[in-house]
Amino acid sequence: MKNILALSAALAASAISMSANAQRDYISIVGSSTVYPFSTVVAERFGKSTKFATPKVESTGSGGGLKLFCSGVGSATPDITNASRAIKSSEVELCAKNGIKDIIEVTVGYDGIVLANTTAAKQISLTRREIFLALAKNIPNPDGSETLVENPYQTWNEINPTLPKSKIEVLGPPPTSGTRDAFAELALEGGCKTFPFIKAMKKQDKKKYKAVCHAVREDGAYVEAGENDNLIVQKLVANPTALGVFGYSFLEQNSEKVQGSLIDGKLPTFDAIADGSYPVSRSLFFYVKKAHIGVIPGIEQYLAEFTSEKAMGEYGYLAEKGMIPMTDEERDNVLNTVKNLIPLTKK
Amino acid sequence: MTDIKKNDSHEKKSNTSTESNTMTTTQLTTREKVELSLGRRRAAETRFRLYGMASVFFGMLCLVVLFTDIASKGTGAFKQTSLTTEIVLDSDYLNLNKESTIDEIRFANFDGLIKRHFAKMLKPKGRSAKRELFKLISPGASWQLQELLLANPDAIDTSVSIELLMDDDVDQWFKHDRELAEGHMNDRLSDQQLVWLNSWIEEGKLDTHFNTLFFTNGDSREPELAGIHGAIKGTLLTLMVTLILSFPIGVAAAIYLEEFAPRNRMTEIVEININNLAAVPSIIFGLLGMAIFINIFGVSRSTPLLGGLVLTLMTLPTIIISARAAIKSVPPSIREAAYGLGASKNQVVFHHVLPLAMPGMLTGTILGMAQALGETAPLLMIGMVAFVVDVPGFINDPSTVLPVQIFLWSDSPERAFLERTSGAILVLLSFLVVMNTTAVILRRRLERRW
Repeated sequence: MKNILALSAALAASAISMSANAQRDYISIVGSSTVYPFSTVVAERFGKSTKFATPKVESTGSGGGLKLFCSGVGSATPDITNASRAIKSSEVELCAKNGIKDIIEVTVGYDGIVLANTTAAKQISLTRREIFLALAKNIPNPDGSETLVENPYQTWNEINPTLPKSKIEVLGPPPTSGTRDAFAELALEGGCKTFPFIKAMKKQDKKKYKAVCHAVREDGAYVEAGENDNLIVQKLVANPTALGVFGYSFLEQNSEKVQGSLIDGKLPTFDAIADGSYPVSRSLFFYVKKAHIGVIPGIEQYLAEFTSEKAMGEYGYLAEKGMIPMTDEERDNVLNTVKNLIPLTKK
Repeated sequence: MTDIKKNDSHEKKSNTSTESNTMTTTQLTTREKVELSLGRRRAAETRFRLYGMASVFFGMLCLVVLFTDIASKGTGAFKQTSLTTEIVLDSDYLNLNKESTIDEIRFANFDGLIKRHFAKMLKPKGRSAKRELFKLISPGASWQLQELLLANPDAIDTSVSIELLMDDDVDQWFKHDRELAEGHMNDRLSDQQLVWLNSWIEEGKLDTHFNTLFFTNGDSREPELAGIHGAIKGTLLTLMVTLILSFPIGVAAAIYLEEFAPRNRMTEIVEININNLAAVPSIIFGLLGMAIFINIFGVSRSTPLLGGLVLTLMTLPTIIISARAAIKSVPPSIREAAYGLGASKNQVVFHHVLPLAMPGMLTGTILGMAQALGETAPLLMIGMVAFVVDVPGFINDPSTVLPVQIFLWSDSPERAFLERTSGAILVLLSFLVVMNTTAVILRRRLERRW
């Protein structure tokens, strides 16, 4: 018994010290759940086609990923973090404080979020302001005074007489979803700041501004339909007056069943998202710690795989998984950054 | 007779006073009351039995519904659709020869070879038709050829018959949707694709086989390539670390607290804390593990070592409590007999008490392990919820565990992952059943009666 005790204690101690000192021989990736599906595909193919170990990809969310990423240099910290938004200056500072000076920013592609209804109904054209008025929890008083009231609108034509006279009913993802975050940030906030007094609020009370612009109404007009975008598509077919919020890839795959609504006069097409004219789209990124290149094996090759034509290109396997690829010019820029390992300059 | 007698006495007493009269009436009717109430009491008992039976039945029904649902969804995961075809490993196209190194084989364009093979075979017209055709075949097919050639480099330039993996959409269609009426068809496949597939079915080339990849592969983003080997290995390594650490520590703590510790305030506080720890939500242990093991000791994230350490914290209270109960249940006569023969305290404990308490301790430990087996919450905090393709070799390789793998798959958009989720649940459940059965058998075998 005593021997077992001593043995296991020694084993535990040696194991801990071993793992603490050991040099990691695989790439560690953390970050956004939106980039996760693309990052994992690249990681898998990279592992299969090279002699390097397959990278480990964790889905921690953009913020959580950057926090881990910026926690220091060394094999205990991640090498790459995925993000569905650009790095914030506060995060660059945090990184610098912990000794991470050179961060390489790689743009991966675009992600569009669409509002769609069934092809059996008429296509709808909305502005972001109208989306905000239809879905926000609190909206500016319709009488024109600069106060916020609980959203009184029940039908679309109450917001704009040219819109159909049907009940406001939008099916979308729950608050845990990244799509919902992006929708709130791009569509709702985009419409929200068209009201000057709310925009002014941003400078005085950023928290309140965010609460006003991002809060979605809870009286039944916005229906949380779960994370499953397939389900939303099915529900739209069954309910011709409803609109749905989901990623562009689902619109593309179900184009015979649902059609995207025009937002600010732009249709959510591949091209409009790729060139950035469709307003509810965002870039996806990942960030690489330059200090780890050459220390952790395989990072350069992983970057090469990710930015290769067969992955990121117009007909690459990432586009097949639903990512909107960049234009050739933009991709050349990214390739240049990656090839010469150009770090991010201070913003 | 007795009734009459009682009635007599009752009449006699009734003469004495009216008060006692009423009293005797109640005395008398007590028996009658009992007899009267008997029916009601029996009915209450029958009712309670019925309630009990109903709740047992309800529980069983839930279990049966759950299991049949999982089993009916999960059995599909153990079969995979593949296409038997003859393919020539063209040395010119692949730019390989018999002396090619492993790296050269890894970089060879097997994907292109397969595409060329099918393009020649079916002659699709136009770019979009070609794309539709190539979509039918899994990206894993090229890795199948690559593995075949790595295992046997002499196969180059020969025609090999191989069961090429089909894409998950084809797999789902072949297994589930084929019999469905038009209109309910899987719309992931185009008419042209269906024509090709049906012709393959007629030729008998398309068929399902036992899905060995499900048990030999690590995770993958392609459902047809995703397997649970990595997760099972990770689970075993994690549990191994947990067992090696928690069993000796737990047993030693239990022996000390039960046999040697002085009865004082301090011991009491320790005991209360251990009992409370058993009820602490497991995610707290994850946070604790992150703060201590990662930030202070620098153990690397996502490894079975770290997972095992965190799960040790979680299972220790369970093991200590059950081990103490087992020690307590050893009868004092055994200790006294040993003392009587002149054994020291240490000898009594290690020669007599511990062997007799061992079955109980083992049962407690196995139940603790079973609890650790199903845990995901604490692992969330320490990075074990990750996409890991390579099967972990030892306790410091990145890995996931089975419940985490189930969680990750259930979140995936591809339809084929649904059945893989259920398949993995079946495997996890069978692990639990095996562990609990071992606990029962161990207890039966080692248990001593006195």
